[in-house]
Formats: sequence, structure tokens, C-alpha cells
Amino acid sequence: MKAPLVSIKNMDFAYQKHLVLSDVSLSVFEGDFIGIIGPNGGGKTTLIKAILGLLKPQKGTVEHAFDKSEIGYLPQGIQVDEDFPITVREVIASGLEHGLKIEFRKARERHQKVEEAMERVGLSALRTRPIGELSGGEFQRTMLARAFISSPRLLVLDEPDTHVDNKFETELYSLLKELNEKITILLVSHDIGTISPYIKTIACVNRDLHYHTSNEISEEQLKVYNCPIEIITHGTVPHRVIKEHIHR
Amino acid sequence: MELLELFKYGFIQHAILAALLMSVACGIVGTYIVARRMVFISGGITHASFGGVGIGYFLGFPPLAGAAVVAVLAALTTENLTRRKVLRNDSIIAILWSLGMAIGIIFVYLSPGYAPNLMSFLFGSIITVTSTDLWLMLGLALTVLTVFILFYKAILYVAFDEQFARIRGIPVMFINYLLIVLVALTIVLSIRTAGIILVLSVLTIPQNISNLFTNRFSHIMIGSVVLGFFASILGLILSYYLDIPSGATIIFTLVIMYLAARLIKVVIFRR
Repeated sequence: MKAPLVSIKNMDFAYQKHLVLSDVSLSVFEGDFIGIIGPNGGGKTTLIKAILGLLKPQKGTVEHAFDKSEIGYLPQGIQVDEDFPITVREVIASGLEHGLKIEFRKARERHQKVEEAMERVGLSALRTRPIGELSGGEFQRTMLARAFISSPRLLVLDEPDTHVDNKFETELYSLLKELNEKITILLVSHDIGTISPYIKTIACVNRDLHYHTSNEISEEQLKVYNCPIEIITHGTVPHRVIKEHIHR
Repeated sequence: MELLELFKYGFIQHAILAALLMSVACGIVGTYIVARRMVFISGGITHASFGGVGIGYFLGFPPLAGAAVVAVLAALTTENLTRRKVLRNDSIIAILWSLGMAIGIIFVYLSPGYAPNLMSFLFGSIITVTSTDLWLMLGLALTVLTVFILFYKAILYVAFDEQFARIRGIPVMFINYLLIVLVALTIVLSIRTAGIILVLSVLTIPQNISNLFTNRFSHIMIGSVVLGFFASILGLILSYYLDIPSGATIIFTLVIMYLAARLIKVVIFRR
């Protein structure tokens, strides 16, 4: 078996004395498309921040088989200053930056990559639009392009469908499925119903972590794992029936 | 006196050079300050630096050197305490702001005799700029230009989204501290020309005029340099003919230019 891209072993994380993650282990392999689900406050964002190296766990280890700069990241509910003078193109290009390297060469190559990324998320016409004048969906697409433009080894997306309309939501997940042919993806969501058709496996996070080698999960199992996500708290998920299956 | 004759005077030539160098430094650094909403921090650093002016008078070294040391210390302290969340950011600024002014006033009071140039530190005196001042300002303007040309992208990305910049391996802390020191030095060297009370306007008004017509960071920087220089020269000429203080006249010119720009935007661009 190949070595994992990221391997988390027996990790604990606490904010001050409040334990958020307890004895969490997870291995992410090349080509994975893992849906990280769980209730709000269950530690999903904390988990990925530990993977990104933004938080240091108190116990356990997080190891990467590659340089951390090769992670593309789309944070949750990004708050940026709407008046900040920066254009769509500049924001997307920032995903190509690495360290303080001063590169006067390769300008054409970079330009080409930015054009391609804008094309892919359908923002070519808005390239010089200031960031503050975008709609919620356009903004989210900009953030997504910024995250994948560097062709990262690992793409981490924290609730990418926030502020996105239904039409783009479908496009978004199809695009991710396409990207997954080359890039390993971790997708955080509180809504398993929506992401289920696209992901390959599920990690259920609610202080501890349960990993399912399938993209479907039954209500029964969720209850067993103490993972009260949407389908349990709200009872129904429209237009989607998750079939009952025996887990291992 | 004819306008052209005016430009033959050495002090006027010095003033024009000072205006040019100040506009370059303030135009560029001011764009960073405005974009990051650091105007209040800059105000704190500016006023804190008066403590250095007072200590300079008392101990008999150049007040501007004292101001430079205190401004840099105030800038680093503000940045550090804010990062470590020791106190609310605006409270830290208020404390350093008034502490600096208090130290300045106590030391000026304790200094023997009276402080003849005190007013020029508070309100600026572009027509008494010396060649030493000009060399210092040239050094600063070149430093600011070099830093922004070399690190333009890193500065822009850190200012826009620190967390993402950190993930991309950009040394966020280095950029933040480098820039806050540049802000402090730019303020101190502009005190000579615009004064402690007035320097904030040179760092914000040209940027806001430019921002009415462009939303690109680089264009705001260039526009601010040009507008700042234009306003300084116009203000200088007006102050000469009307026989009123130059620093205050430059600020008035800037505010009137801002209002005119708004009007132009509404009438001509219909926005």
C-alpha cells in the first residue's frame, strides 16, 4: 500500500481547556475525495486547520508526505474587507504566490494559468472587477479558483457552497469531481445529502472521528457514532434517499 | 512677484524637492495604510512620536531623531500587543497616542529656554527644510520604492488575506513588521513638512481621491503620488501669495481637491 499524503495519529486538540478533538486518527491517500461531515462545533474546521498546519495539536501528530505549500485551501465564510482595492484576477493570482520568491520570469506562464482558472469557474468576464462588487456566488468562485490554481497535491474546502446559488452548487461539485482526477480533495460540509454523490468516502467528526469507506451512510450508523448532522436533526433530506447498508 | 521668479529661491527649490519626496513616500505607504484601515494606528504613531521630539529638546539631540526612535518603538509595540491580544487594538493606540504627547510636553516644559521650532513640529514647515532633511527624505523614498517594487505582491496579498498568505508560505509577520516600521519612518519624515497634526491627511486624502476613480492598489499608489505632489505645490504657491501657513494650506488644497473629485465623479462619470 502507498504511503498516505497526510497522516494524523491520535491527535487531541483543545482551545484553552475546551477539548474539541479527541484521539483523532485519519490517513489521506492520493486520489481520495473525503467528505468531512459533522455538526456545527463538532471540530471539522479545527481538524482541517490542523492538517493545514495553522493549529498545533496538544497531543498526537500530523505528518505530510509533501510540502505544506502544496495545499490549496478555501476557508469557511471568508470575511474580507469589501472596500479592499483588489481585483478578481489579482486575488486568483495570489494562489500562485509562494514565499517571498521574486519572479520576473515565468510571467507569461502565470498569466496563462490565471486565465485558465478564471475560465474554469466562469469569471473571465469579471477579471478586473473589484472584489467588493461581486455577488456571493462570484466571490466564492473567485476563492475556489484561488485555491486550485496552483494545482495543489491536496485541496481543502471548508463549506464551499456557502452563499452559492443552486445552479452553481451543482457546477461546483461537478468541477470538484473533475479536479479530483488529479487532485486529492477534503471537503467539509454539514450537509451530507448534497455532497454524497460526489465524494468517495466519509469522515464523521464530532469530537472523535469515524471513517467510512463509502460515500453513503445510514441514519442508524450516524446515531451510533453520535454524529447528529442534518439528516438526523431535521429528519428529511429532500430528493435524496440514502440506502440502508451494513457497514463492514 | 512673478511665479517663475519664486522658483529661483533656494528655499522654494528645497520645498519642491521635499514635496516630491514626501509625496512618493506618503503616496505609496498611505495606500497601504488606507487599504488596511490603519489610519488610527498611524495617528497613534504620529502623536506618540512627539515624545521623542520632547526628549530631543531636553537632551539636546535632533528632535527628529528622537521622534524616529519613539515612532518605531510605538509602531512595534502597537503591532506586537495587538497580535498578542493583550489589549483592544484601539485602546493600545489611544494609550500610546496620549502617553507620547504627555512625555513630549513634560520634556519641552523642562527644557531650558523656550522651544523655538515647536510649532513647526506640530504644523510642519516645508519652507525651512534643510539639505540634511532632503537627504534623509530621499533615503526614505528610495527605501519605500525598493520595498514595494520587490515585495509588491506579498504586501498586497498579506494586506488582503493574512491567513491565505500564511498558507502560501509568505512570511506574514516579516511583511507586517517591515511595513509598520516603514509607516513609522514615513510619518516621522513627513512631520518635517506636514507636521504632527497634519501628516495624516497626506497619507489618506490623495489615496481616497484616487480610490474614487480606480479600485486597483497599484493605480491608487501612483495616483496618490501624483495628486499629493500636485496638492503640495499648489498649496505652497497659495500659502505664499495669501501669506498663510504652508502645511495648513496644503491640507486645505487636498480637501478641496477631494470634494472637486467627488463632484467630477458625479457630474462627468455619473456614478
